[in-house]
Amino acid sequence: MKQRELSALLDEPACAHNQKSKSGCARPKPGATAGGCAFDGAQIALLPIADVAHIVHGSIACAGSSWDNRGTRSSGPRLFRIGMTTDLTEQDIIMGRSEKRLFHSIRQAIEDYRPAAVFVYNTCVPALIGDDIEAVCKAAAERWHTPVVPVDAAGFYGTKNLGNRIAGEAMVRHVCGTREPDPLPENARSTGHQIHDIALIGEYNIAGELWHVLPLLDELGLRVLCTLSGDARYREVQTMHRSQVNMMVCSKAMVNVARKLQEAFGTPWFEGSFYGVHDVSRALRNFAGLIGDPDLTRRSEALIAREEGRIGEALAPWRAKLHGRKVLLYTGGVKSWSVIAALQELGMEVVATGTKKSTEEDKARIRELMGEDAVMLDDGNPRALIDMVHDCGVDVLIAGGRNMYTALKARIPFLDINQEREFGYAGYRGMLELARQLLQTIESPVWPAVRRRAPWTSRHVLPGGEGGSGEPAARDGGAGPYSHAAAAVSASATVAGAKMSGVS
Amino acid sequence: MAEIIKRNKALSVSPLKASQSIGAALAFLGFQRAIPMLHGSQGCSAFGKIFFVRHFREPIPLQTTAMDQITTVMGSEESVIEGLKTIAEKSRPALIGIPTTGLSETQGSDLQLAVREFRRRYPEYAAIPVVPVSTPDYVGCLETGFAKAVEAIIETCVKDVRDTRPQPSRCQINVLTGSCLTPGDLEELKEIIDSFGMHPLLLPDLSDSLDGHLVEQDFSPLTIGGTAVSELRNLHDAVATLVVGRSLDKAADRLKQLTAVPTIRFDHLMGLDAVDRLIDTLQWISGKPVPQKLERQRAQLQDAMLDCHFTLGGARVAVAADPDLLNGFSHLLAGVGAKTAVAVAPVNAPVLTHVAAAEVKIGDLEDLERLSRNVGIDLLLSNSHAVESAKRLGVPLLRAGFPQFDTLGGYQKTWIGYRGSRQALFDLANIVLSLEKGEIHPYRSIYSQKQEATHDTAAAAATGGRSH
Repeated sequence: MKQRELSALLDEPACAHNQKSKSGCARPKPGATAGGCAFDGAQIALLPIADVAHIVHGSIACAGSSWDNRGTRSSGPRLFRIGMTTDLTEQDIIMGRSEKRLFHSIRQAIEDYRPAAVFVYNTCVPALIGDDIEAVCKAAAERWHTPVVPVDAAGFYGTKNLGNRIAGEAMVRHVCGTREPDPLPENARSTGHQIHDIALIGEYNIAGELWHVLPLLDELGLRVLCTLSGDARYREVQTMHRSQVNMMVCSKAMVNVARKLQEAFGTPWFEGSFYGVHDVSRALRNFAGLIGDPDLTRRSEALIAREEGRIGEALAPWRAKLHGRKVLLYTGGVKSWSVIAALQELGMEVVATGTKKSTEEDKARIRELMGEDAVMLDDGNPRALIDMVHDCGVDVLIAGGRNMYTALKARIPFLDINQEREFGYAGYRGMLELARQLLQTIESPVWPAVRRRAPWTSRHVLPGGEGGSGEPAARDGGAGPYSHAAAAVSASATVAGAKMSGVS
Repeated sequence: MAEIIKRNKALSVSPLKASQSIGAALAFLGFQRAIPMLHGSQGCSAFGKIFFVRHFREPIPLQTTAMDQITTVMGSEESVIEGLKTIAEKSRPALIGIPTTGLSETQGSDLQLAVREFRRRYPEYAAIPVVPVSTPDYVGCLETGFAKAVEAIIETCVKDVRDTRPQPSRCQINVLTGSCLTPGDLEELKEIIDSFGMHPLLLPDLSDSLDGHLVEQDFSPLTIGGTAVSELRNLHDAVATLVVGRSLDKAADRLKQLTAVPTIRFDHLMGLDAVDRLIDTLQWISGKPVPQKLERQRAQLQDAMLDCHFTLGGARVAVAADPDLLNGFSHLLAGVGAKTAVAVAPVNAPVLTHVAAAEVKIGDLEDLERLSRNVGIDLLLSNSHAVESAKRLGVPLLRAGFPQFDTLGGYQKTWIGYRGSRQALFDLANIVLSLEKGEIHPYRSIYSQKQEATHDTAAAAATGGRSH
């Protein structure tokens, strides 16, 4: 990819960071960097397009440790779950055979798997040796009459975030607008009200959570032309240009798609979220408002009233149990403000939130929700997170999978909010799942157990732990008398006491 | 002798291979207070980290030199120096490993130069060993990367003491452990050596760092266990060096050169023959009688072989794994009359000609599926990626190797020794039993008088239950 194109991608007028020094994401620091590369971001953004053959052009590391690795779900084809890579060898690189291998790889993928299209992801090594993947893709597409889309996202171009944008750019440039939407199916026309076309950008159908939201949109007569990219098909991405309103669902990672579609086709867009009751309702209102159909607005309000009533009732018992519990939120891709609102709806107290990837606008909303003194963590290093948990008496840490085992090692209750998670939290019904998972982890009996020391080693516990107040475990109900004695005498005497209580 | 069938297609589908770079990183994780830093783009480390986090379900210390566009074009040595300084300053590790990647190797980055420059500029960190190792991912696989890192560690950290070697203390045994051994295997191996009154010094020791244990310290940016780097000074003080895995041959040669300790090499430690050789060796070295416990375990394995041979005899297994592990499994299976009907390895290696199979295909899981479909198999032995392959083939999968991300405790399973081999045979046999092989499908005579009636309780409740 040319430097000029990269700079253009880094300069995103619709992103509030653009004005700050952080623009385009700062240079990573050697020896102190976490997070994925541009290829990671590009692949993650497009992989959920289920009927496409996703070919990673490079040596094995890129595909070898990343394929079959995401919690996204498809309602149909499973082709996207099959890892494909040119797996370049030393000979390919030295002898300049990698373009040829790519060309034949595309043929092999098309002949063996009949994909709707082929996406080719460029990676570091071929980018460095100057493979012209755009030319190879073009030649292959002509030769085998199948769309072949180059996604030039070598890891060293930048961060995961940039990769998201590169992926979006590739879709806008090569795919959107290459087909007109299907006519409405017969049963859809008979509902009596006007059907409107919309698209969701940055919704990945993690754990199938999109399927909590789709029925609502169906009921309102909103046809989702395409989700970029959860449970999407190539032919859906082709029709995105005909959407009447686009919703930016996940952070601003693919904001360039929304902006470009607006520039090219005049499609209005808004930023929203499906996490939390109020945000789901707000998203539905936004669709109706931007479309400007009074009938849709009326029906949306009716649906919102019905669903909010329903979920309010269902959540009541959970709210009672979660009320006042403290949360530390450290999200990666998911919008902090959206999750904060959802947690507050559950009656929980968010003591601090991560804002590493938040925009200025996001931060303003966070302040609105958490107050002016909201604690924002810009640096998510594990040490700081753990200290915060201890200092603020946090009940549960909500963060991305990367931090999961760090939290568990520190014996901190943890909920995974990122792409690898196994539960869907979107939509009205998703809130129930969120409440259930939160309570399940907070109230798990494992926390006191893992904080408790072995009875024979000492008579006190780690900070924050319960139990083991000083007496040996009660046996035959006869340990009582020793508990006071044990506190008064020396450790060795206590051990003796324990033995005595055992035999009494 | 197995025939090797080379890669013959352009595209690799459902890859079996994991990169050399992360294999090397894994070897460093077997040392105490260590951290590997991949010399490449930040994604190289991020992917590697997730790969091991999901396999071991542990936090994994793994850093990156974070090559970007500028350093990729203008030279990346400065990034290595900066990365080393940052890590040394922040966490004071006992060991820093720097495996290279396809990116830094293609660029032609001079790691030795970078490390020299780091030493010159920051003499205050002179005590921290830094081990560069060349592991581009366009060559080899996880196993070779692991082996190269072990070799590099020996090269960098072990002093040449051939001439001054003192009389070895009669109770230390060095063990070079290949990537085919799980933390569970390593624990078993240590216990066996212990039982002869010998002290095992493992190089590296993943069973002390990634065995999944909870420590008091709530956070560590470095490994929380493993062989102490200071122990590397004592390698010459051993009676012998056991080497497990043919992939470690070069590392073993180098260690022998430097320490003059004789090596005894094992391709694997699965099945009666291999374990017998290990125990016999230990008996001979230690001069002590074989402990009763091991005698008993041997008898148990023999008994298990008898119990399993009905089921496993003639069973057709497809195995896809890195070369050493593939070789071990093929011999474990052959020992009870089972057949490795399909063998697939991600790369070629000298040990593959010794695999107990007619041929070994160098390839991916798509090749495995295709071959399995051709010859017919009963079960599949491979990593978690093979789940989808097993589904498509309609056969059960026993998970082994890297990665195992959809199962708990896979990293801790013990396959070696008498005990581990016995359990492995039981597991394999139980899977085959569940297939109901040889079951004859019922035939109903055309003249049959049998009337069909359902006798299950659910059906009874649905029909007759209501009248009560």
